Amino acid sequence: MTGTAVTLDLDGFTGIRSDLIPILQHAQDSLGYITEEAVRQISQKIRITENEIYGVATFYAQFRFEPPGEHHIQVCMGTACHVKGGQQLSVSLEYQLDAKMGETTLDGKYDLEQVACLGCCALAPVVKIDETIHSQLTVLKLRKVFDEDEES
Amino acid sequence: MKIWVAFENNKKPLIIVGAGTCGRAAGAMETWAKAEETLKELKIDAEFMEVGCIGPCYLEPLIDIKIPGKPRLSYSNVSPSKVENILREIFEEDKIPERDFVGTFGDHDGLKKFWDHPMLAKQERIVLRNCGIIDPNSIDHYLARDGYIALEYALAHEPEEVLEIVKSSGIRGRGGAGFPTGLKWGFCRDAPGDRKYMICNADEGDPGAFMNRSLIEGDPHAVLEGLVIAAYTIGASKGYIYIRAEYPLAIERLENAIEQMMETGLIGENILGSGFDFDVTIKKGAGAFVCGEETALMGSIEGKRGMPRSRPPFPAQSGLWGKPTTINNVETLGTIATIVRKGSDWYSNIGTENTSGTKTFSLVGRVRRTGLIEVPMGMSLREIIFDIGGGLFRNFKAVQTGGPSGGCLSEEFLDIQIDYETLAQAGSIMGSGGLIVLDDNTCVVDLAKYFLNFTQSESCGKCVPCRVGTRQLWEILERITTGQADIEDLNKLEKLGTSIKRSALCGLGQTAPNPALSTLKYFRDEYLAHILENRCPAAVCSELVEFRVIADKCTGCQSCVKVCPTDAITGPRSEPHNIDESLCIKCRACYEACRFDAIAGDAIVITSGTVT
Ligand SMILES: Cc1cc2nc3c(=O)[nH]c(=O)nc-3n(C[C@H](O)[C@H](O)[C@H](O)COP(=O)(O)O)c2cc1C
Ligand code: FES
Repeated sequence: MTGTAVTLDLDGFTGIRSDLIPILQHAQDSLGYITEEAVRQISQKIRITENEIYGVATFYAQFRFEPPGEHHIQVCMGTACHVKGGQQLSVSLEYQLDAKMGETTLDGKYDLEQVACLGCCALAPVVKIDETIHSQLTVLKLRKVFDEDEES
Repeated sequence: MKIWVAFENNKKPLIIVGAGTCGRAAGAMETWAKAEETLKELKIDAEFMEVGCIGPCYLEPLIDIKIPGKPRLSYSNVSPSKVENILREIFEEDKIPERDFVGTFGDHDGLKKFWDHPMLAKQERIVLRNCGIIDPNSIDHYLARDGYIALEYALAHEPEEVLEIVKSSGIRGRGGAGFPTGLKWGFCRDAPGDRKYMICNADEGDPGAFMNRSLIEGDPHAVLEGLVIAAYTIGASKGYIYIRAEYPLAIERLENAIEQMMETGLIGENILGSGFDFDVTIKKGAGAFVCGEETALMGSIEGKRGMPRSRPPFPAQSGLWGKPTTINNVETLGTIATIVRKGSDWYSNIGTENTSGTKTFSLVGRVRRTGLIEVPMGMSLREIIFDIGGGLFRNFKAVQTGGPSGGCLSEEFLDIQIDYETLAQAGSIMGSGGLIVLDDNTCVVDLAKYFLNFTQSESCGKCVPCRVGTRQLWEILERITTGQADIEDLNKLEKLGTSIKRSALCGLGQTAPNPALSTLKYFRDEYLAHILENRCPAAVCSELVEFRVIADKCTGCQSCVKVCPTDAITGPRSEPHNIDESLCIKCRACYEACRFDAIAGDAIVITSGTVT
């Protein structure tokens, strides 16, 4: 879904201050992450300092400053998922992929991210891999999802 | 309109797929594809329609089949393999398969009714009236169900008259605090200034709640109609919907609905020829819980860090860019049109004296029937959890309401009537509608730690009590759950919690101690067991639990040996296995394998403190 463009196309934005977050979102969508070059471009477009941009961007959990992995894994850490064993899913994923939450696996294949809630609480616990939400998981079910992925 | 009539009197067979986020997560799209394939094989020309979530998510994927001239049949848990059988029986054999049949809509001899399902029978659906019924992508469906009649009425009357309806309906804000909506609108309307803003808060920050997502996905126009009525009443010409980025489908539905409104003249300049102008912009959140707080949210829309500021001045006087602003929750706005259409008396007769109307709840956790429900205010927690939710699989321990700002209520509170005041008196809050049911396999200390971990990481850091205090609360809870606390820590927890409540700047900090304080109050024994006996009674806190093999039960099948990621389990085939605790990461894989594998003997147990 993300991360193919190299330079940022900002033509759709007028450059007013309240565009900052939408522009950052647009940058992350098209570049995969917030690059230094993108921040420079945005700074010229909105005419605020790069420092200020970093100040805003780092406040929000959504923005990342490192290239993403090939696949994006979001482990739900919401309350419903927590009481249904979400913690065990994350322990076992971290071990299986040999990366901690917030990191990318060494081979660049997976990003591991914790999210607050994916809105599927009635089918907890859930993990989202790219655009697909896997629901009512157990440690073994989740492992199977990955094993199948490795095979294909 | 035409489209709805066509739907009601369909000429071709119609397959209705519950394809909200929850339906999709349960596999609705795979089932849809399989259904298309099967019908093709059967050479049946059918149409498909997508609807939002109708509520009982645990029954997803839900698929309805409507053959012209026959009742609409609803089936639950329809996996791709099941859909093939169901369709073949219906179309090839002209039967109504009984397996997984939930019910039919309307009256049909000998068939059970969908709305009589035990999860639905006691509900009262006002906000959710269209969810799962209409195609959320079709404005015609919404129009056919009395959509935009309220807006038309409002625009033909003075804003003061609309305000009066909302005031006397008694509706209170559904975002958590329960502030009377009519009063709030009145303040903003009366505030001097020619530019005003109307905001819909769709940030839905409570982790474990999805009422707002479901409503937007299932009936986006209801929320938008409420938004335009609100804007007209307060005199705003510009609106924003602030929605969390984790809800891509809801965002898509809103964008689509706004486009349809533009085409129909329901938004933009001179709406329905009334001379009233209003346009709306969707702002996507960027993953910060505190941005659900109104002043932080406005900062975020302005393109800044989402930091709350102290009030007064209230947004009604000085909000977005310093202009008078009203901000309402999705559910509040989603109710407005029905109130205007049916009248304030009708609405105020529903619910309790102090709190009129209905409330949606996301009923989740360790309850049998999970999903989204809507009930009149004043229903008891017992009715919700046991009649609607069908009770638990294990013993009831508590119900958590109000998310990170709320508390846990024990069994003795099951008979209280739900409204803002009673829940607050009981030591929790209504919040936005999360209801998380806990059984004896849930540890309340662990849950309190979970919430404090959440709030301390979401604290914006502006005020010290919240930034430092929640961190310290979390540290105490961490000590307790790892068996490193002493009894003095309980006093510290209480004192610190009480002082943060008094001194924090915004609602996040002021309520953050609640999960800890309420569990300490009602479940002190559990805290004591952790501290005095190094024991977690629910066997949850990983530092205090042990995975063991009961030798007598172990069949030596090696299922657990195969799944253990760390090779902590050893043992030759047909002999009791052994878990090396020093290698165990407590991921539960072996426990699951031992439960689900037919030849294993349920031999692996998770225990804490006691040897059984
Ligand atoms: C930390 C914090 C988070 C909040 N999150 C939300 C939220 O996600 N959605 C919401 O509608 N209100 C939230 N609120 C309440 C809003 O500040 C505001 O009161 C509400 O949107 C007003 O709408 P209402 O009057 O319709 O309830 C939050 C408040 C606090 C203090
Ligand atoms: S708590 Fe996990 S989806 Fe809501």
